[in-house]
Amino acid sequence: MTTLDAKVPEGPIQDKWTNHRFDIKLVNPANKRKYDIIIIGTGLAGASAAASFGELGYNVKVFTYHDSPRRAHSIAAQGGINAAKNYTNDGDSIFRLFYDTVKGGDYRSREANVYRLAEVSNEIIDQCVAQGVPFAREYGGLLDNRSFGGAQVSRTFYARGQTGQQLLLGAYQALARQISLGNVTLFNRSEMLEVVTHEGSAAGVVVRDLITGEISSHSAHAVVLATGGYSNVFFLSTNAMACNTTAIWRAHRKGAYFANPCFTQIHPTCIPVHDEFQSKLTLMSESLRNDGRIWVPIDPNDTRPANDIPENERDYYLERIYPSFGNLAPRDVSSRAAMRMIDENKGVGPLKNGVYLDFADAISRLGKDVIEARYGNLFEMYERITDEDPYEVPMRIYPAPHYTMGGLWVDYNLMTNVPGLYAIGEANYSDHGANRLGASALMQGLADGYFVLPYTIADYLADFLNTTPLSTDHEAFKQAEAEVDGRMKKLLAIQGTRTVDSFHRELGKIMIEECGLARSKEGLQKALREIPALREEFWKDVKVSGTEDTYNSELAKAARVADFFELAELMCRDALEREESCGGHFRVEHQTEEGEAKRDDVNQAHSSAWAWNGYDTPQTHIKEPLEFEYVALAQRSYK
Amino acid sequence: MDLTLKVWRQNGPGKPGEFKEYEARGISPESSFLEMLDVVNERLVEAGDVPIEFDHDCREGICGTCGVMINGHPHGDQKGTATCQLHMRKFSDGDRIVIEPWRATGMPVIRDLIVDRSPLDHIVEAGGYISVNTGGTPDANLIPVPKEAAESSMDAAACIGCAACIAACPNSAGQLFTSAKLAHLNLLPQGQPERYERTIAMVEKMEEFFGSCTNHGECEEACPKSISIDNIALMNRDYLVAKFKDRRKAGQR
Repeated sequence: MTTLDAKVPEGPIQDKWTNHRFDIKLVNPANKRKYDIIIIGTGLAGASAAASFGELGYNVKVFTYHDSPRRAHSIAAQGGINAAKNYTNDGDSIFRLFYDTVKGGDYRSREANVYRLAEVSNEIIDQCVAQGVPFAREYGGLLDNRSFGGAQVSRTFYARGQTGQQLLLGAYQALARQISLGNVTLFNRSEMLEVVTHEGSAAGVVVRDLITGEISSHSAHAVVLATGGYSNVFFLSTNAMACNTTAIWRAHRKGAYFANPCFTQIHPTCIPVHDEFQSKLTLMSESLRNDGRIWVPIDPNDTRPANDIPENERDYYLERIYPSFGNLAPRDVSSRAAMRMIDENKGVGPLKNGVYLDFADAISRLGKDVIEARYGNLFEMYERITDEDPYEVPMRIYPAPHYTMGGLWVDYNLMTNVPGLYAIGEANYSDHGANRLGASALMQGLADGYFVLPYTIADYLADFLNTTPLSTDHEAFKQAEAEVDGRMKKLLAIQGTRTVDSFHRELGKIMIEECGLARSKEGLQKALREIPALREEFWKDVKVSGTEDTYNSELAKAARVADFFELAELMCRDALEREESCGGHFRVEHQTEEGEAKRDDVNQAHSSAWAWNGYDTPQTHIKEPLEFEYVALAQRSYK
Repeated sequence: MDLTLKVWRQNGPGKPGEFKEYEARGISPESSFLEMLDVVNERLVEAGDVPIEFDHDCREGICGTCGVMINGHPHGDQKGTATCQLHMRKFSDGDRIVIEPWRATGMPVIRDLIVDRSPLDHIVEAGGYISVNTGGTPDANLIPVPKEAAESSMDAAACIGCAACIAACPNSAGQLFTSAKLAHLNLLPQGQPERYERTIAMVEKMEEFFGSCTNHGECEEACPKSISIDNIALMNRDYLVAKFKDRRKAGQR
């Protein structure tokens, strides 16, 4: 049976990363220019890695399907970024951030990786400040912090409600500098559609120019995928419209293991769906829960406007059920609580599909000015979408798919099981276990790109000094190009009756119902019958207009949705085999009497990696056992 | 609601284009402007026609990917609102809406409503950064930044790079975009060492692509993030100072 070698260094957890950096091989500065590295994606992870590699002297090619690297969806992250600085003098430490993250992930992440993440978190803040990221400041000129879910300390650095934007612009500007110096070549509006391997190792990629449709090959000593998550498998999510699974899915089909696909995060505070034409969901930052109070009317039949419902007829259910964390309970816990309220018919709004997030108390305590300074842009965004003024009436929020903890399996060096193929940021599965804490995605993306991969990649590259990457004339590239070309032509040739979106919407409905907030054996089995049938129908009846040699967003979308079908099936299979509830994965068969998630640490304390066996053959399930030496396994309690 | 759309269609860069009319019937007033276009496009595909191409992504008004001229106004006429955040409730049943791409020589049309905004990247590449490599930076709190400076820097840094300012300008000038990036960096202590070199490099790169500013102020009016034209004054001041300053003696103040 295949086993997984995570390559976790020996020694006490606080020394592992230091020792590892000494033990791994280096590439000397003069030799770095002899190596080519390809990076796919220019979000926080991709842009920070590309800039750092360029600074070190490697030859870097970076690809994005956007018109500019600055458009990547990291830009939409609102609330903040965690670090263990303990600037607020409230008892934070690297160990506490590590502990909170392992616990927050419901004990399904690899301790050594999480410890390293906490360890480099402080350097990220230093780096970003030096780059000119305009973080929020106190009057004395020092950095301000706020709190996020799942933590009892204030460790989140922020730039109003636009932290992701400012961090991404920092990384983008560092990348722009390397582009101007000629160390990095940028290919915009170019979508990676195939990973090319040769003798089992990564050799390069095939990309399609979205303007001309031209298909081209690029080879390198190493390929880094920084292509984000796959929440758009649900059709409606907080992800941007173009976010997709294609890059990591194509890598999976070329042999990279896909880990924990069923670990997806449903974010509790999104603006509720208004009608069937809705194209995406908008997040309202978790930071709002610092000052907002969540409630529903006690009486399900209460139809009065929110402000007319007296205090004693409101149920502040998070404060009631989880008194010590209150409105800052972690995302999985808060989402499920909201869903229970809505299931009990206590939902609010025209479709009774939301709960209130109320700022009246905070405004009377702190004044409107303070609230506006903290959350002004979020309040404005809410007003634009709903036509309601959250300074006057409570916001309505609802849980929505937001982040995917699962992704490509990687070892401690962030390399997949395919030598030379790396996955960083949301595209890998490594640090968040079964649930990600707020303000940790930005931390992980930048940790991987700035402070982990630039070290670990040298360990692999060192062995290839003075070798030339495989020629793009090689059969392996020609085959991959033909495969991509064939796929595009096939999609255009079907000329059926249904649009790509109609299929995507139907797939999303199956997924949110059967593989969303709550999952059951019966429902997952039903989904596993429905998805392949829908996929077959897609390949027979989809209608894509236009041609392949011009800008054709329907064609690009069709290719992405085709890959979502295959991923969706794997997600359901993974959810079915994980006979426990943990983090974002809630199996109705496994819950406590109070309806909380019930983990099975005896049989399920592992990461599930899945190996591709070909189209229409189920993947092989490989388990990486998880050991907890430093954080004692315990029933997660936020009460 | 029922609407008539008059949309610019163009097959590719440098090809002739034309306006075409489309009926958009049964649109929900709760839809966003782009969701309205989605509905129109889905119907076009079902009818075997080629859908209208437009740039969009986050649909939260932050990525800066979207942006079209709506009845002659960049992003429509709702102030401080990107196209994706504009909702159909701001229109009336029976309205006729003219939709065009950004028009500027520096940003040629790629297809239909999509234009090439790479000059904005080139302006940033010219100097829109602080030259620090990864690692070896001092502790974050060793660089105190006055709160007011951090706030004004952030006001400018909020620019989403959509290029509405250039589309709005009768001269197709890039001053608001360029000055917002300069103000973001030039107002911070970290940005001081390269302040004047950065200003010259970015202004001169900007002039390769875009026209001159003649103080119309249309840019601020069109900006979905309400970036202030005060930034342009700051840029002009810094540019002037840069031309006279002996930077070899900058350390002497």
